[in-house]
Amino acid sequence: MAILQPDPSFYPSPRMAMKAPPETLSYVATFDPARKVPDQLAVVDVDPKSTTYSQIVGRVEMPNAGDELHHFGWNACSSCLCPNAPHPHTERRYLIVPGLRSSRMHIIDTKPDPKNPKIVRVIEPEEIAEKAGYTRPHTIHCGPEGIYVAALADPDGNKPGGIFLMDHENFDIRGQWEIDRGSQEFSYDFWWHLGHDTLVTSEWGTPDMFEEGLVPEILLGSKYGRKLHFWDLHERKHLQEIDFGEEHQLVFELRPAHDPRKAYGFVNCVISLKDLSASIWTWYKDGDKWAVKKVIEIPAEPADPDDLPPMLKGFSAVPPLVTDIDLSMDDKFLYVACFGTGDLHQYDVSDPFNPKLTGKVRIGGIVSKATHPKARNGALNGAPQMVEISRDGRRVYFTNSLYGAIDEQFYPEGIDGWMVKLDADPNGGISFDENFFIEWPGPHRPHQVRLEGGDCSSDSYCYP
Amino acid sequence: MTEVWPWLVVAGLGAFHGLNPAMGWLFAVALGMHRQSQTVVLQSLLPIAAGHALAVVIVALAFVYFGSVIDQKLVQRICGVVLVAWALYHALYGHRHRVRVGMQTGMWGLALWSFLMASAHGAGLMLIPALVPLCLAATPAKELTAGGSMLTALAAVGVHTAAMLAVTGTIAIIVYRWVGLAFLRRGWLNVDLLWTAALVVAGLFLII
Repeated sequence: MAILQPDPSFYPSPRMAMKAPPETLSYVATFDPARKVPDQLAVVDVDPKSTTYSQIVGRVEMPNAGDELHHFGWNACSSCLCPNAPHPHTERRYLIVPGLRSSRMHIIDTKPDPKNPKIVRVIEPEEIAEKAGYTRPHTIHCGPEGIYVAALADPDGNKPGGIFLMDHENFDIRGQWEIDRGSQEFSYDFWWHLGHDTLVTSEWGTPDMFEEGLVPEILLGSKYGRKLHFWDLHERKHLQEIDFGEEHQLVFELRPAHDPRKAYGFVNCVISLKDLSASIWTWYKDGDKWAVKKVIEIPAEPADPDDLPPMLKGFSAVPPLVTDIDLSMDDKFLYVACFGTGDLHQYDVSDPFNPKLTGKVRIGGIVSKATHPKARNGALNGAPQMVEISRDGRRVYFTNSLYGAIDEQFYPEGIDGWMVKLDADPNGGISFDENFFIEWPGPHRPHQVRLEGGDCSSDSYCYP
Repeated sequence: MTEVWPWLVVAGLGAFHGLNPAMGWLFAVALGMHRQSQTVVLQSLLPIAAGHALAVVIVALAFVYFGSVIDQKLVQRICGVVLVAWALYHALYGHRHRVRVGMQTGMWGLALWSFLMASAHGAGLMLIPALVPLCLAATPAKELTAGGSMLTALAAVGVHTAAMLAVTGTIAIIVYRWVGLAFLRRGWLNVDLLWTAALVVAGLFLII
């Protein structure tokens, strides 16, 4: 439906988006690891003034079981205000929710009642495979040409994975995005620098490399993804790849600076084969080319083999396993989730080459099993995973499951889901909101969190 | 002395096109903000106007040419049908254009962008109802001729573009220097509806 004024959740610049009103609802993708009952998109009340604060207040059940809901995104966001491709009168209204395992796409309408969203369209995997040539849809971003979806595999489950486009109004599959994919084969995450006409992609692997869990031989052989790819966003052409080298495995989440003038961003490398450390790298424009530099290294912690899952016993150490990162809207704070040790770090990255640790909390963790003031169970499992930051940077939400088949490799007893919230000091420092702890009702586990009206990993901007 | 109103329509449509953020002033402001330079805002306006003028002039000259070699009434009707069809296309598929030009573009890219944007929006077609009386009045026999009518059509495109440039430039500078972009959040009214209506009205005017 055409609207007369731009969607009120669109902001021309990240500076203006920081002044957005605090979110009152969040949406959380949850899945059943046993794949017996349908996955759900949950609605969580995050309004401290509400009587149902820190509770699940709505659920949308998928029509099938076994989708493995994972990441998801909006049909439209602040990039609709871009001058070169304006769509200002499109509504931010629909959540695009893919099943990473089933390759099925669900279009969920959050209006008229945002607490009670409804599935309005389901696109079956066969249609996506036929029209786009891809399966295993993962990251969703709203952008200049509609909805962009990164998928991990071709219709037969092989390389190459890549990006396809969907219409942001009627959700038709419009086809493969790449015109010239160059050397790119593996796919995982993607985002862009709208001010620099550049798209960036990262790598995981093909479904046979992760759908039954991480394969130790592939990992130790450095055969998982370890490259970044840089593309011309409008020519849809591969420009450059950067190989992180044999030591580094699983180069994952891409968090470019929100200020469209800045040509840098951050990416996490989950594990080093040399010493099990995790690292954060800054990518940046160096003349005409892109370059990377390791800016944070988080070491593994020594541990008693008796406390470790079979896969780690031989190493006598807990790897930090940095599996998600998120950058605040002012590009000042980077949040780093350590799925192994249970840490969540806050770094001041005002100088992107010299991060400073400004805050740290610990919850869950393979060995520490750290608790939360509001948790009934004193020993929490799982650990900080998908992180989301409010637009004003004052609240940080996260959940504790990584991926069904991989959760059990690090937490053999299985993961009991939870979701927590941190309060963040604008000058640095984080602490638990003691009133916010959701013991997630089984059998579902929570994964990605999205905030009402947009958050720090949903919107991109054309104006500084 | 020809009547004044068709010239006013041509200029008024120029102002209407210039007003639309999607036709260029917003792009000029954005480029100025990225490069922190008012000069860039002003420089960007020229390729934007040039691209717009080119899109309009192609349609205008094609109309005059076909009007001079085949029956002018028939060409008018065909243009009318095309306009209505364009309005329909614009309403249904206007949101799904391939984006070819981004924030790193140079002056040629900006001219190309403006040309594509004006063409896709049917900016030139919208002018035809005003061109008909102008071009007919310009010749003694009151018919479209390749010579006299062409010159009048070019003059009309000139007036249109000057009006467009004046409005777009004024807004770009006011927004860049004083207003800022926050007003876009509420102030960017949906001119698409008005635009589609203008295409339909222009089309019906030619058909009837």
